[in-house]
Amino acid sequence: MKGSIIKYERDNIDTDVILPGPYLKIHDYAELAKHAMEGLDKDFHKRVKPGDFIVAGKNFGCGSSREHAPIALSYSGVKAVLALSFARIFYRNAVDGAFLLPIEIDESAYHDISDGDSLEVNISKNEIKNLTKNKVYKMKPFPELIGKIIEAGGLFNYKP
Amino acid sequence: MLNITEKILARASGKSKVSPGDVVFVNVDKVMIHDVSGPGVIAVFEKLRKTGMKIDKIWDPERVWVAEDHFVPAADKISAQNIVSLTNFTKQFGIKKHFKYGMGQYGICHTLSHEEAMVLPGEVYVGGDSHTNTTGALGAFAAGLGHTDIAYVLLNGKIWFKIPETLYFKLNGKLPDHVMAKDLILQIIGDIGNDGAAYKTMQFGGTGVSEMSVESRLTLTNMTTEAGAKSGIVEPDQKLRDYLAERGVTKYDEVHSDVDAQYEKIYEYEGSEIEPTVAKPFSPENIAIARDLSSIELDKAYIGSCTGAKLEDLRAAAKILKGRTVKIRTEVLPAAISIFRKAMEEGLLKIFLDAGVVVGPPTCGACCGAHMGVLAKDEICISTTNRNFPGRMGHVESQTYLASPLVAAASAITGKITDPRDLK
Repeated sequence: MKGSIIKYERDNIDTDVILPGPYLKIHDYAELAKHAMEGLDKDFHKRVKPGDFIVAGKNFGCGSSREHAPIALSYSGVKAVLALSFARIFYRNAVDGAFLLPIEIDESAYHDISDGDSLEVNISKNEIKNLTKNKVYKMKPFPELIGKIIEAGGLFNYKP
Repeated sequence: MLNITEKILARASGKSKVSPGDVVFVNVDKVMIHDVSGPGVIAVFEKLRKTGMKIDKIWDPERVWVAEDHFVPAADKISAQNIVSLTNFTKQFGIKKHFKYGMGQYGICHTLSHEEAMVLPGEVYVGGDSHTNTTGALGAFAAGLGHTDIAYVLLNGKIWFKIPETLYFKLNGKLPDHVMAKDLILQIIGDIGNDGAAYKTMQFGGTGVSEMSVESRLTLTNMTTEAGAKSGIVEPDQKLRDYLAERGVTKYDEVHSDVDAQYEKIYEYEGSEIEPTVAKPFSPENIAIARDLSSIELDKAYIGSCTGAKLEDLRAAAKILKGRTVKIRTEVLPAAISIFRKAMEEGLLKIFLDAGVVVGPPTCGACCGAHMGVLAKDEICISTTNRNFPGRMGHVESQTYLASPLVAAASAITGKITDPRDLK
């Protein structure tokens, strides 16, 4: 999985900025995508390309349980969010709905990766290659169940 | 040696013992959807149908209940349509416990969960809303989930959870008169941070919590979400039994922690040391003592939401507003119509109207920036709600200070952030 980076160097990027409250009434996924990250980055929908990754600090996706948040990012083309940590509901929404991969990275990778870098993520090796900087970082392996749900393509396809 | 949360989850997963970190599929007792998560679930069902799945019944309509709270009264055509979709959904699947806006009892889902005793001690309760944690004050495991997970529960009656570590918050002694549970939970979030309890359970106990009303305990568990917690919980006691008995419920299967229960960490707070506390923009962890912010000029005070518009919250605000007049725009929105009615019967609504306040119907409304009183650019609001991230209550450059109903009401009188003790 290859993509280029949109980086937000901040913690606690919450669901109110990922997909602001007034749009919660919308359940058309393509329409939601137009408002992704609107509370933080008005130009996000112009900037994002299919296959991009977001890089952010700790507690990404904190706040509400709105599945609109990973949906808006996913339908914008975002394939993975690489963050120092994730809020729990965003994490399980992303995985169980098979919208995008929530990948935990460490501080050194977080600081090293720059906006616009081109990355290759290899889940089976738990490895992230920075093709721009020619470096390799470790990602935190997915817990066993999470890995199985991702492999199955979401919770409904997973057979316990 | 299990704590209450571990015991509830062990029982619900058919195991004699579970440990933090174990991943288990848990049988669910109750599930809630509302006018945002309900249509979200409907969209998931539609997506599943497109893959060839046949969905003509749900697991157990008796265990499902529905609220209309976020975009009510219907904010616009889309919100109105969502409520129609939700109504069709409950009809199609035979869900009878649907609190329809404007029909008998209605209000914010978390408030209905306790006002109507929809969830009982020892149960596993999941809701399509992050503040589902609130209901843990009834001695239940209560956690918020997204649309896909709720759809899965509706079809299968179970869902996976990682058994959380538990942080125990022990309050020694009563809170002083001018201090509310809101001040304590803001102090706790300030101490441990927005992710200080991420993936964990926050359990509250100690003599101070034993002395607290059930409604105050609900304020504590409500804002465990703001510390990233999976759930918040208080062990059942006589106060809870009385609260449930007043609502006609006496049969349930209480769960209590073992005497040698394990907690990841125990935090102790002295009740007498807690001060009126405020969370500054733009994060619930960004706390300050109310007195230190007395120069902050406000445009508006908002007394509403599942966090800060329960009956005792309204009583606290009325105590301050009685015989006084507000200096800034002030809105009071009781969290359920049953609370609105009690406030009317107790004369609280008259006190609010005499003070010059707008009294509105129950709704999540401006708390989540949806409608009904959202903030303009640069407007500054003091609010009894639970979050103050950028844009939470309206314009992304508006500012929200989170406070107790006492502080919000005192601030409404002076137009500046005010410790209720300093009100002349």
